[in-house]
Amino acid sequence: MAGITSYGAYIPIYRLSRETINGVWGGTGKGEKAVANADEDSLTMGVEAARDCIKGVEKDSIDALYFASTTPPYKEKQSASIMAAACDLKEDIVTVDLTDSIRSATIAIMMALDAVKAGSARQVLVVAADTRLGPPDTAFESLFGDGAAAFLIGNEGVAVEIEGSTCLASEFVDYWRLEYDKIIRSWEDRFIREESYVPYVEKAVSALLKKQNMTAKDFSKAVIYSPDRRMQPAIVKSLGLDPKEQVQGLLFDTVGHTGTALVPMVLVSALEEAKAGDRILVVNYGDGADAHALRVTEEIGKLKDRRGIKGYLAFKIQLANYGKYMRFRDLMEWEHDLFMERRMALPEVWRRRNFYFRFYGVKCTKCGRIMVPPPNVCIYCQADEKYFEEVPLSDKQGKLVTYSMDVRSRALDPPNVLAAVNFDGGGRFFSQMTDRDPDKIEIGMTMELTFRRIHDALGIHNYFWKCRPVRG
Amino acid sequence: MRESIKDKVAIVGMGCTQFGERWDADVEDLIKEATTEALEDAGIDIKDIQAGWVGTGRGSQQVPMGPPSAIIASSALQTQYIPFTRVENLCCAGQEALRAAAFGIASKCYDCVLAIGVEKLKDTGYGGLGEMYPGKWEPLYGALSTPPGRYAMAATAYFSKFGLSPQEGKTILAEISVKSHYYGARNPKSHLKREITVEEAVNAPMICWPLGLYDCCGVTDGASAAVLVPAEDAKKYRDDYVTIKGFAIATGAGWGKENEDYDFTYWAETREAAKVVYAEAGIKDPRKELQLVELHDCFSIAELIATESMFLCEHGKFREEFTEKRAYYHDGEMPVDVSGGLKSFGHPIGASGAREVYEIYKQIQGKVEEPSRQIKNIEIGLAHNQGGHPGRFVTGIAIIGAP
Repeated sequence: MAGITSYGAYIPIYRLSRETINGVWGGTGKGEKAVANADEDSLTMGVEAARDCIKGVEKDSIDALYFASTTPPYKEKQSASIMAAACDLKEDIVTVDLTDSIRSATIAIMMALDAVKAGSARQVLVVAADTRLGPPDTAFESLFGDGAAAFLIGNEGVAVEIEGSTCLASEFVDYWRLEYDKIIRSWEDRFIREESYVPYVEKAVSALLKKQNMTAKDFSKAVIYSPDRRMQPAIVKSLGLDPKEQVQGLLFDTVGHTGTALVPMVLVSALEEAKAGDRILVVNYGDGADAHALRVTEEIGKLKDRRGIKGYLAFKIQLANYGKYMRFRDLMEWEHDLFMERRMALPEVWRRRNFYFRFYGVKCTKCGRIMVPPPNVCIYCQADEKYFEEVPLSDKQGKLVTYSMDVRSRALDPPNVLAAVNFDGGGRFFSQMTDRDPDKIEIGMTMELTFRRIHDALGIHNYFWKCRPVRG
Repeated sequence: MRESIKDKVAIVGMGCTQFGERWDADVEDLIKEATTEALEDAGIDIKDIQAGWVGTGRGSQQVPMGPPSAIIASSALQTQYIPFTRVENLCCAGQEALRAAAFGIASKCYDCVLAIGVEKLKDTGYGGLGEMYPGKWEPLYGALSTPPGRYAMAATAYFSKFGLSPQEGKTILAEISVKSHYYGARNPKSHLKREITVEEAVNAPMICWPLGLYDCCGVTDGASAAVLVPAEDAKKYRDDYVTIKGFAIATGAGWGKENEDYDFTYWAETREAAKVVYAEAGIKDPRKELQLVELHDCFSIAELIATESMFLCEHGKFREEFTEKRAYYHDGEMPVDVSGGLKSFGHPIGASGAREVYEIYKQIQGKVEEPSRQIKNIEIGLAHNQGGHPGRFVTGIAIIGAP
């Protein structure tokens, strides 16, 4: 039976404490929310989760990548294809962005299952990520966090079988954004709960239970979407689920509501605790509802090295204040910049796409040394580039050789840390360092690589790699 | 090298503008100001000039098409159809102009030529040097690699390699900056004229860890100019002329930052240029033989490393050999940057190379504008200039001396 063969997740390192938000607007919000760094967006977070998910996986078996998000960085220009390159996937791959609905993540999983079952794909990588914003000074602002999750759907080595699904579509309007809206709009919450959320979730679940000939008691865990903090208890009660034993926590106190990524992330956290034989109910909501019956197999044991939710929750840096958050999410009008735009020539990016997106260096077959970016002539033995072969370096770790911290930099998260990293096994990367605590940088520390949005110019998002202190 | 240039070319006139934030002057005004002084100093008229070279990094234009041609010079000076050429080699541009002019004389093509270095940086509306226009890698690979960001990596690496705590390292650098400001305060044409203390320098606002405010040069407008003639004709112009003893340009292969073996604690290009120029000028023990070194101290750490890389002391021994002995003061054993250096005199990119030579020229003539920093009985000095950044430099060194 087809199902989930691997999972991965990602939580950005920055957290904004709800006390900090309360301090600005009032309110009684508790806990904290994860905030994407200034150089992150749904695409880069998706790459992180995808790379966590495909660790050790034979990449040639991935025949499709579906990216689900309500906040893709481009309106026109696919994120999934950039993501596929950053994950160093093959070129003959089906890529698509599924957007405009919170449910596009679970629908993507259903579509992936269909592709696998039909035999048109061996494995499909499904990635969900979001950086949704609530209006400032509302409960949504306080609740919404950023994050990503990814699943590999296949029919060999299945760790979580997807035994059955139901899916309902609805024209109900509850939350929406117009083309140029940064923050969500919504109708009155009781109307949403009573007329749409509760009835559609109930309908989807009861159809599933009937189809699978199961009852709510058969599930060891239930992952149930909720648009906010208050709606879920009503449905838990009406479905007859035990809120303490059966309902998987929604990560609202530690990560926040991550939109399209919410159900996938919560499912990953459930799978991190799951054992073979466990049955999990997954319910997503938005423009209708869908429900899924999952069964965990013995193969779950081979996924223990995923960083997942647990791994990424363990690393965090508190955002010092709300102003930083406004900077990261561009929530104000700022000082006009007299500097020339940092425009990047698209032909240059295209010529060296294997370097910028896939982070390939080269190995000189004359002297054996590794270089990045690829030069025209070996910088060690001056052999011509015809003696070079490409080597993928994005999974490398290395040691910090030296660094500086530019306090006056125009970076959105100063200081801008410049770093020189020597990779284990060869190669030196001169790099920006991200996701770091400036007080904890030391020569010799272990670094890894991360795909980031470096800067925007001419309306183009320029992506490339940075180093960061290793997580884990 | 086919033949040494030693003592073939003389400098018979030099000029240097007031350095600083020259809100009153554009790039052509600066060229005119420096050149007028140089021509008067040589006792000649612009009509006597047969060819000219102008070195500038950007002119005054922060525009995509880059800096202007040499027409900024011919137009400012109203030369009438003589050859004028713009040369550019980053912060080496001024020295490149001198070198090209010297070769024009040495080749016996001309009798009297002009070399100008100029930069107008303060019409941009912001501090720093601004963004690079898109090129290979830039500005994606190496994004936000500012000059302080890149030089500070060398400071971090140097402290680590030689076991200096941040406090110790910063104190060594502070001593250098105290000296730069001491001389800036004693040079009427300098940009920064306020003396500072070690404590002020160590505790100054951070610019780029570990470099603070006083570890970094400012952004300065200025120009300098020189009149060059064949050495055998020099006496026709003046008795106290100087001659060029050697020139070296070492253009690095440019991949130091990406080279696993490079540790950022020395300037490879400076080492190579020093070897070449010492050989050309016949210098065997630079610390004993040179009487003044004007080197490229855009940052305090740049002075420290350039000093070591020119073999003026052993690698890693700067503190013992310079800081503790106060060797780098004008009355010390090896005076360095007694003009105030790039740090305090100022660093208008293309102007600095010729400006350093101007200091040595005036010192040898015994005519520095403020006598308290005059070095006694000085006959030879070295001007060092580098463009680019650690791991990717072009370095120029000129040795100038009494004939």
